[in-house]
Amino acid sequence: MKRVFGDRKTIAILLGPTLIVYVLLKLVPVCWSLGLSFFTGNTLSGFTFIGFANFVKFVGDPAAVQSLIVSIVFAVLATVGQIVLGYLLALLYVFVLRKGSAFVRTAVFFPMVLPTVAVALLFRNFVSVGANQGPINDIINFFGGKSVEFLASTIGTMGVALAMTLWSSMGFYAVLLYTGLLDIPDEIIESARLDGANGPRLVRHIVLPLSMPILLSSVIFSLNSTLKVFDSLLALNNGGPGTSTSPLTLYMYRTAFDYGDYGYGSTIALVLTLLCLAFTLTVFRSSSRKADA
Amino acid sequence: MINRRHRRTALAAGIALASVVSLAACSSGASNTGSTSGGGATGKDPAKFTVLTANENPALATELKNLAAGKCKAENSALPLVDQTVAQADVVQKITLLASQNALPVQFIAGTSMVRPDGDLGKNGLVLNYETALKKLGVWDDILPAAASTVNSVYGQMVSLPYQYNIEGIWYNKAIFDKLGLSEPTTFDQLMSDAAKIKDAGYTPFATDGADAWPVTRLIGMYIFRSLGPDAMKDIQSGKAKLTDAKYVKAAQEVQDMAKNGYFGSGFVSTNAAQANNLFLTGKAAMMYDGSWLLSNINDKSQDVIGADNVGLMPFPAVSGGAGSIDQWPANAGAAMAMTPKSYGPKVAAWLKCIAQNYGSQALQDSGIVSGFKINTPVKNIDAPTKMVQQKVSGIKQTVLWFEALMDAKSTALAQSNVSLLTTGQMSAQTYMSQLQSSIEANK
Repeated sequence: MKRVFGDRKTIAILLGPTLIVYVLLKLVPVCWSLGLSFFTGNTLSGFTFIGFANFVKFVGDPAAVQSLIVSIVFAVLATVGQIVLGYLLALLYVFVLRKGSAFVRTAVFFPMVLPTVAVALLFRNFVSVGANQGPINDIINFFGGKSVEFLASTIGTMGVALAMTLWSSMGFYAVLLYTGLLDIPDEIIESARLDGANGPRLVRHIVLPLSMPILLSSVIFSLNSTLKVFDSLLALNNGGPGTSTSPLTLYMYRTAFDYGDYGYGSTIALVLTLLCLAFTLTVFRSSSRKADA
Repeated sequence: MINRRHRRTALAAGIALASVVSLAACSSGASNTGSTSGGGATGKDPAKFTVLTANENPALATELKNLAAGKCKAENSALPLVDQTVAQADVVQKITLLASQNALPVQFIAGTSMVRPDGDLGKNGLVLNYETALKKLGVWDDILPAAASTVNSVYGQMVSLPYQYNIEGIWYNKAIFDKLGLSEPTTFDQLMSDAAKIKDAGYTPFATDGADAWPVTRLIGMYIFRSLGPDAMKDIQSGKAKLTDAKYVKAAQEVQDMAKNGYFGSGFVSTNAAQANNLFLTGKAAMMYDGSWLLSNINDKSQDVIGADNVGLMPFPAVSGGAGSIDQWPANAGAAMAMTPKSYGPKVAAWLKCIAQNYGSQALQDSGIVSGFKINTPVKNIDAPTKMVQQKVSGIKQTVLWFEALMDAKSTALAQSNVSLLTTGQMSAQTYMSQLQSSIEANK
């Protein structure tokens, strides 16, 4: 075996094809896009080099700044929700339901397999008003309230989007964290119990610290996927009302493809990449500091 | 160790080279300026007569297929028709890509601003001037002058065939109007007081497709045209006036008030076109602002519960003391359907001639579509609502465009996306207009 991997030709043969595909499909477009952010125009009108003008434009562009805020707010709220609910579910699986958790685990995980667009249409109908009023407003009417058009307001749309995201993804994080909790040796928990740690104190001082690594990975997963949210907000309300729930991804898409400015679109994409990087590094940094302490 | 470092450098160099090469490749796309757009068979015939139409407008593809099977059979056997479709929302993206790859279909739907003389297709000579072409073919007379002037004023040149000729106005339910003792309002104030009465009687005054937003921005535009005259939006484009001027802001204010008074019905922001049509055609709403393309729904007995005789069409009323007049109907000639000079060969020219001569009667006969082509074969058994629209069209002396007609793509999107904020009171009329004004200025 050692001889096989010591042979450079073998390495090249085994690694080559994958590496070529990776470079062509991943690195080239990434670098291309990076280069494009210094240009303006599109494939039809041609590209003009404009240096850092796109970056200057981004800073002074109210729509871009608004999208940036939407992305961050959505990512932070969705991540907090996903992790807290996921962790609570995981605790429920491990400490309350124990062996019988398989069915609940599957049921809660199930929405994850549904396409986001289908989920968005489902939620649109849940909260709809007017001629085809949805069940949410029926319930509000039942308790004597007036129908609310959730999708006509920013907060309403954001709320529905968050509820939708949490409903469809908390099962995934629950399973992810559940596997982490299973790794905690029973003996430690037993001895903690003997020492008098119970309920919240057990979780706070024993379970939480021991499941920290998987918790941090979940936070990073969650932040990176919610920062790049696109389909759910697009399908739910088209980034509306107005552009008030349009995240960076949607703004990037519209700039590049609807308004035909590939250069500025690439700049927005780069900002998004940097944002993901910044969030990830912050989480890592805080975790390593904790590890040192 | 040395080896590894060496390899890493080589990899980095490779990536750098690849990106430089690809960048160079895409910047060379700039020199893609084609031949001058013009008449006669200047281009080379392709193998097929490919036509790219919008998913949302299946009637056009159907009618072209009918022509291929009937009146244009000879042209079709020389150059077979192939139809392709694209979602309206993806048109700009798809056409930009196809044009840059030199792979445009023979005839294609395009974004409004793309085919203007200063648009991406227009300035690269990628759109055929139909006026020159049709004159050379001797069939320019088959285009109705009103349709030609509408195409010219929207696109700045004759680069689209008027497969539709639509007028827009307020469709109303005659039975509800009779029941409440109302007649066609001639001023905006009357319209508002009628709307109040209709609402009190338990009907929705205006069925409104708020999800698509344009039916609402149209109202802003119409109020502007009525109060400031037919050139009001041209003045914005030329910089002679600003949307933040009091009279323009007033229009947005009026529409906001209409929404506030509940005249658009509950939940209109998320109501889509099908739901709005349904509200009107089942008699739950008394009025609906829409174009004459609604005829296909009205003439469809399964959709039209209130009966074709019960449907009336009136122009947007006048604004008292305004510079515009009630008989200036908003008109459009459908989405841009352009051809490229590169594939305009003799066989394509034959197709174009056949379409110009026969499309008008074919579309009217089959689906009651009022187009901008002359009716060369008499058509029998036209539905009553279609006849009514035809009569209105023939009486029109002057037309106006619509609110966003002259705006760039970005400002159009802004006008339509912000209107839901305006109508729900989350944005003031002043802010709505000032955001739009700065977008128009920024994208000039």
